[in-house]
Amino acid sequence: MSTRKTPGLNTGASADISFLLLTFFLLTSSINTEQGIPRKLPPPKADDTEEVKADINKRNVLNVLVNYLDQISVNGEVMPVSELKDKAKEFFSNPTNDPSLPEKVNKPIEGIGDFAVSKGVVSLTNDQGTSYNMYVQVQNELQRAVNELRDETSLQYFGKKYDALDSAAQRAVTAAIPMSISEAPPMDWSKGGAQ
Amino acid sequence: MSRFKKNGKKETPELNMGSMSDIIFMFLFFFMVITTMREASLKVHFTPPQATEIQKLEKKSLVANIYVGAPISKNENTLPPGEVSVQLNDQTIKAEELVSDVRDFIGTEKESRDAQDRDKLTFSLKVDKDVQMRYVNTIKQELRKNNALKINYAAGKRAN
Repeated sequence: MSTRKTPGLNTGASADISFLLLTFFLLTSSINTEQGIPRKLPPPKADDTEEVKADINKRNVLNVLVNYLDQISVNGEVMPVSELKDKAKEFFSNPTNDPSLPEKVNKPIEGIGDFAVSKGVVSLTNDQGTSYNMYVQVQNELQRAVNELRDETSLQYFGKKYDALDSAAQRAVTAAIPMSISEAPPMDWSKGGAQ
Repeated sequence: MSRFKKNGKKETPELNMGSMSDIIFMFLFFFMVITTMREASLKVHFTPPQATEIQKLEKKSLVANIYVGAPISKNENTLPPGEVSVQLNDQTIKAEELVSDVRDFIGTEKESRDAQDRDKLTFSLKVDKDVQMRYVNTIKQELRKNNALKINYAAGKRAN
């Protein structure tokens, strides 16, 4: 029985079809990735219970206020946003064990050993009239302070920057340098303002 | 003694186009993987603030967007005093329905994900940089009440 040769299909057009699909996806999609500053909101409070102000030592709190003119005051001292990072860094690290800066508690951390963890909390209050841009800038500077401290700690204990660590080491560093921001209810200057 | 007959005309051999489509398909898959489908058309002006410490969100399928900004057209619903609109899905919401709409939005977004992914659902606040915090605070409060605690302040990358 003679084998019959199948005639070759003309597949030139299939390239055109896939080109069509390609252009469709190019037009309907966008490359811009989702990026931003991730945050966690505190869990909702039970109804009708006033938020109990935890009895926190005054030295452990960094009061950051942003008013409706986008001016920043840190513990009563007005400063530009560019200085906030260093202030927050000093606050979280307290390198000289200054009694006016937060206390530290020695905690055993897996992978690092005993580490003096700062008890500092940043209390962030903004005005209802604060611009969103300023709010993000402040969050950004606080995040930058923590990121720099985490990088320094990572270099010291693991010899690498935080981003280059594996997830277990990252968890250890995160436990050593926690990011604690507490957001107070906003003030409203236009309504007389709750101070 | 010519064994080989020579044709008078030389024809150019036909190219095999079969693998061309494979190459284009490779392109297609590449683009499909790195891109997202464009979501609902924007009804508000949105210029993200610039920041340095931004992180990329891991999974695009686990992100729900809330847009806040000045309305593009005059017919959009605004929040009082009428300069800022909030867009959920593809429409701006009315001021009096803000609370219920945000609640419904969070509910439907959570329901459309698998049970194990629900906790990882991130609400990305895409807020224009000139918007006052009062609108953002209202939305944050609603998110918090409805137990949608993972949020993201969308921002662009700034060099320094």
